[in-house]
Amino acid sequence: MAAPRKFSKFRDVMKEVNNKGAALYKNPVGTEDLVILSPYKINYIHSYAEDSPFFLGLAQGKLLGSECTSCHYRYATPRSHCMECGHETKWFTLPKEGKVHSWTTCYFGGEEFLKETPFNLALIEFEGVDTLLLTRLKGAAEKDVYIGMKAKAVFRKSPRYLISDVHFVPAK
Amino acid sequence: MPASRKVYMISGAVTKFAKAHPDMDFRLMVKRAFDYAMKDVPKLKASDIESTRISYFSDHFTRQLKAASMVQDYLGMNPKDSRRIEWGGATGGQAVQAGWETVASGRNEVCLVAGFETMSHVETWKGNEFIALASDTNFDYPVGGFYTGYYALMVQRHIYEYLRKTKFADIKDERRAQRAATEEAKRIMAMVSVKNHVNALNNPYSQYPESLTMKGALGGEMVAYPLNRPMICTMSDGAAVAILASEEVAYKYTDHPVLIKGVGCGTDTMRLADRPHANVPLFEWETAQYYSKLKYPGVHSFRAGRTAALEAYKNAGIRDPKEELDFVELHDAYASSEIQTYEDIGLCRYGEGYDFVDQGHPFLEGVDYGLNLAHRGTLPVNPSGGLIACGHPVGATGIMQGVFAFWQLQSTIGKHFGNDKLQIKDANRGLIHSHAGTGSSVTVTIMERA
Repeated sequence: MAAPRKFSKFRDVMKEVNNKGAALYKNPVGTEDLVILSPYKINYIHSYAEDSPFFLGLAQGKLLGSECTSCHYRYATPRSHCMECGHETKWFTLPKEGKVHSWTTCYFGGEEFLKETPFNLALIEFEGVDTLLLTRLKGAAEKDVYIGMKAKAVFRKSPRYLISDVHFVPAK
Repeated sequence: MPASRKVYMISGAVTKFAKAHPDMDFRLMVKRAFDYAMKDVPKLKASDIESTRISYFSDHFTRQLKAASMVQDYLGMNPKDSRRIEWGGATGGQAVQAGWETVASGRNEVCLVAGFETMSHVETWKGNEFIALASDTNFDYPVGGFYTGYYALMVQRHIYEYLRKTKFADIKDERRAQRAATEEAKRIMAMVSVKNHVNALNNPYSQYPESLTMKGALGGEMVAYPLNRPMICTMSDGAAVAILASEEVAYKYTDHPVLIKGVGCGTDTMRLADRPHANVPLFEWETAQYYSKLKYPGVHSFRAGRTAALEAYKNAGIRDPKEELDFVELHDAYASSEIQTYEDIGLCRYGEGYDFVDQGHPFLEGVDYGLNLAHRGTLPVNPSGGLIACGHPVGATGIMQGVFAFWQLQSTIGKHFGNDKLQIKDANRGLIHSHAGTGSSVTVTIMERA
């Protein structure tokens, strides 16, 4: 590697490190700091384990919630044991339509989602269900969305087996 | 409180929080803070320290596992008892309580609590991705994992419950009513941003001191509606330490120790979607009737914060925090969560947080904010500038609050800040509050002049 070039702005150091792999930072505190690129990439072998039926359900155009077999607390985001009483839950099919419980429009995001901005996040509530579901709300601009607005589920045609296989759109 | 020994803070220190510190790795940052704290109590020798509790949030940021062991090593603390503390955004607050526990239990006489974070090692949006990994990676993260988005969802519901349904109840059109309520909330959140940035002008440790105006605060770039840049804390590099000691030895080392009077801790579901819609756990001075129409905590309030406050007040013998606290340093990762937290910790009732700001209660006397405030200075909140203006190097943040509270209660702000504009006169009792996740984990600690 060529000798690292020196910069007095840390922003320039970052750019150089990304392009060339190393740079020297002429630090206003009087030091010269050697900064290098340190890449890090991992592929996890991730099992959905007890949540698997939910993601398989999305691929079939179904939203699966879970209901406690003992106290009948109903979860829109499933869990295999009840947080209220600890008993096992059983699967049930959620309605495809609900209402916006809260929402926002994101103009920035984590690096992975930055290219998708702006996007709406919404928590959806379903009639007769005790908890909510976090989702993207598409087909509505910031100025159009409001709490209480009806919304319905739309499923991705070729599933990626991610929660984003479902999103919601405004319903009449 | 169950029988336990009294625990005192005897010294503390903070590095200047900065966007990046490429001249110091995490070990050297902690060492700098440690040396400062040791210098403040010359009678204390490093050999008197019996254990350490070392905190940092994310192995992703350090890309160095067992970084706490490397701090232990660098400070020359081997072979003493030590452990790493991690509790998301509340990592620092939890570290202070972990240090309190080991001294309170009688296991140690003196414990060093040290924390740090080095968030500059990745670019901002990658950093946001790392932080979002502290949300359920099956159900939340892949939707567009972004903490500011989560907090925006929470404050939107808070606005709906407490402004739309009250001050804006007369507007018939639902969408218009909600917009009007959100605009009002934005104005008040901007006041919080102004307060914290302006307070920080006199805090030399802060990362973003600024003569922020209402126009500047409202005009900031939108990040996740309705939260804009001036309403959000940023990523930082920094370290902080607190040295805790038993009653038996505290006065050997300093004439001005500060008592850790009560600790409290609370939790809630990791996923926002799972938060219950039930009843409010009440302070003595509240009534269930007042909240008869409220479903709690939902996504609008932090049950973990309320739970932590209830425990801490019980342990400290506090009945009415408004009357019995002189200042609060709380976890204002967002201007919105500062307001939500006032209500959780009982500075006002649920629903009164916006008025609490609008009337001026959390502002300092003697500081010019360019605002007309009717009841300024009743209970100053974040006199240091908070996370919004000081920065938020996660593992150090909760300890930083402890250090600023310690200096307030010792009346040594002038000595450590180089000016005493932020010194609260006769400060006798303060509260520090550390908060993690989307409100999944909160600590509250009460500190008192001894």
